[in-house]
Amino acid sequence: MKRVQFEHSTIPYLFIAPQIAIIAIFFIWPAGQAIHQSFLLEDAFGLSSQFVWFRNYVDTIGDAAWLQAAWFTTIFSALVTFLSLGIALLLAVKANEVIRGASTYKTTLMWAYAIAPPVAGLMGNLMFHPLIGDLYKFFNAIGWDFNHKLDSFDAGFVVVLIAVWKQVSVNFIFFLSGLQGISKAVNEAALMDCKSPTRRFWTITFPLLAPTTFFLMVINITYAFFETFGIIDTTTGGAPGGSTNTLVYKVFQDGFRGADLGGSSAQSVVLMIIVLALTIIQFRFIERKVHY
Amino acid sequence: MKKIIMKTILAAGIAALAIPASAKTELQWWHAMGGRLGEVVDEIAKNYNASQSEYEIIPTYKGGYEDTMTAGIAAFRAKQQPHVLQIFDAGAATIINAPGAAIPVADLMKEHGKGFDSNDYIEGVRGFYADSAGKMIGMPFNSSTPLLYYNKDAFAAAGIANPPATWEEFEAMAPKLKAAGYTALAQSHSPWILSENFHSRHNIQLSTGNNGYDSTDVKILYNNDHMKMHWGKMKEWLDAGHYGFFGRAWGDNQDAFVQKKVAMWMGSSGSFGGLKKSTDFEFGTTFLPYWKSIIDEPKSTFIGGAALFAMSGKSDAEYKGVADFFAYMTNNENQVFWHKETGYVPITTAAYNMAKAEGYYDESPDAEIGILQLSQPGGEWTKGYRLGYYVQIREVMYKKYDDIFSGKSSVEKAFSEMETESNALLERFAATYK
Repeated sequence: MKRVQFEHSTIPYLFIAPQIAIIAIFFIWPAGQAIHQSFLLEDAFGLSSQFVWFRNYVDTIGDAAWLQAAWFTTIFSALVTFLSLGIALLLAVKANEVIRGASTYKTTLMWAYAIAPPVAGLMGNLMFHPLIGDLYKFFNAIGWDFNHKLDSFDAGFVVVLIAVWKQVSVNFIFFLSGLQGISKAVNEAALMDCKSPTRRFWTITFPLLAPTTFFLMVINITYAFFETFGIIDTTTGGAPGGSTNTLVYKVFQDGFRGADLGGSSAQSVVLMIIVLALTIIQFRFIERKVHY
Repeated sequence: MKKIIMKTILAAGIAALAIPASAKTELQWWHAMGGRLGEVVDEIAKNYNASQSEYEIIPTYKGGYEDTMTAGIAAFRAKQQPHVLQIFDAGAATIINAPGAAIPVADLMKEHGKGFDSNDYIEGVRGFYADSAGKMIGMPFNSSTPLLYYNKDAFAAAGIANPPATWEEFEAMAPKLKAAGYTALAQSHSPWILSENFHSRHNIQLSTGNNGYDSTDVKILYNNDHMKMHWGKMKEWLDAGHYGFFGRAWGDNQDAFVQKKVAMWMGSSGSFGGLKKSTDFEFGTTFLPYWKSIIDEPKSTFIGGAALFAMSGKSDAEYKGVADFFAYMTNNENQVFWHKETGYVPITTAAYNMAKAEGYYDESPDAEIGILQLSQPGGEWTKGYRLGYYVQIREVMYKKYDDIFSGKSSVEKAFSEMETESNALLERFAATYK
């Protein structure tokens, strides 16, 4: 009897080779370098080096500034993810219902997507400038003693606002296309069964949007963790008193500004583990509730 | 046919080899001088290249100070380092303590017959980039020092004749300026102006180990009564509306002065040219105030800015060119040109005398204040500091000063935390750079 076996062919490997090469060169190799470096104390120029086991990790975890950054990153990511998803969903649902001038609304809402985070940060910086910023003046005029240069809450408000504003349009595009992917028949059937639009949304539309929402959540958390770097750098720079410093910004400060390679490598490995753990949690526990 | 192709390739190869042999030796110079400063750098390089036929200096702008240092470090690790790298004050410990990263400029100049005497350099410049024995490692390049700028209109409006020489005088005049509608003071660099140079001005030790020049195994001494007194006052002044804090960015605080929100601003002697263009009022410059209660006669400040380092791993012929370029750059004509164009101070006494003889300070007396302050009598603790991971330590300082201003921490707590966190960084540095 002949064993059933698919013939091995090298062609599939050739097809995935470019992808594998990209991952190897741009992720696995640098990540390996970071892990290697995180066990060393090495002068910036690489002239002397010593293996120190976990000293860099111990120093990282024991550093008050790192703990402060970890705490802010947690709050910041939760707020940015929740707010930018929530606002985008609301806007998408409303824009989906609009008939007259729909494309104008949609285009306007998508616009901010084209803006890079550092540019968004620079714009925010101007609007909140203590000497010329309109929003700075506005908030102070309405009785809020607003001073993001010294008040950590106000500074957090500024970075969250800019980060959310920048991200809403991305989420909006996905939510809108998700909404448009829900077949008319389903909506019409729901309309016959239930009069309340709110109830229809939560029982029919939202569950059908779940795959989109889940995908966006993963994307948004990654965004809040990493891509907001440019916003932090161009607005607060982590000030006041390190209260708006994020973990990735601290990696940059210590490694790229301060030339502490071992320390910042250890920080980036810890960051990598945190994000990996978060992603695993999301896929294991939240994705189960998502029906495709 | 094949033979002809081979011959052609060979000929092309020989031609390609021959070209560099006849061309000038290229010398890469990575710097952090943007904007107008970059243009002046390019001009100096262009003039140098035109002045001789052996070497070609190629300046490349690499971004801010930290970016330039990081680019240089990355290039060094990849064995692609430039011949000349500009490193700023806070990064000095990183390069000087990495044995063999740079060739000491004193050795380089002597080896290539250019002669070198550190006594040619003015007092406040001499020590900063030198080792503990006084041998200069880096060639001071753009050197500035903190000064007090004051708005003469504001002073006239408040009925004050002279800018404050001491902080006591400042305290007395601040309410008058407030009554005239001005916040008395802002400044643009708390670590540099009100910490490092505060110690130099009052001749206070800044860290153990001879301000860090003797060893990397040192402890910071910022947590002292004088600093705590001064920063307690700063907080009082902030609350009373005598001190304006416009964030950490250099420009935001300078803008407050330009826009006449504050009557006085402490910045760099190198800010002079820019202010001259951006202000629409008459302003003057004067020495950094000091506390009469701490010291009777104030001492000199030291330089900020950056130095040029000759990176190791290049050929002898190239170093000859670097030495030649350094000699060119520090000659009197170029120093005076650089001084006039940028506002940075001339680094040699001879260049200073030349600018004086030309009558430059008669036409713009404010341009001399920086050098005069640097030439004030030095003391035991006025040469500067050599502290590792100082970029991060400055970060810690910024944070703690924010905490004092926002009221999150008492002065006592802020300085105690500053001490702990800075010492942890110094300890890491000492373990890395033995």
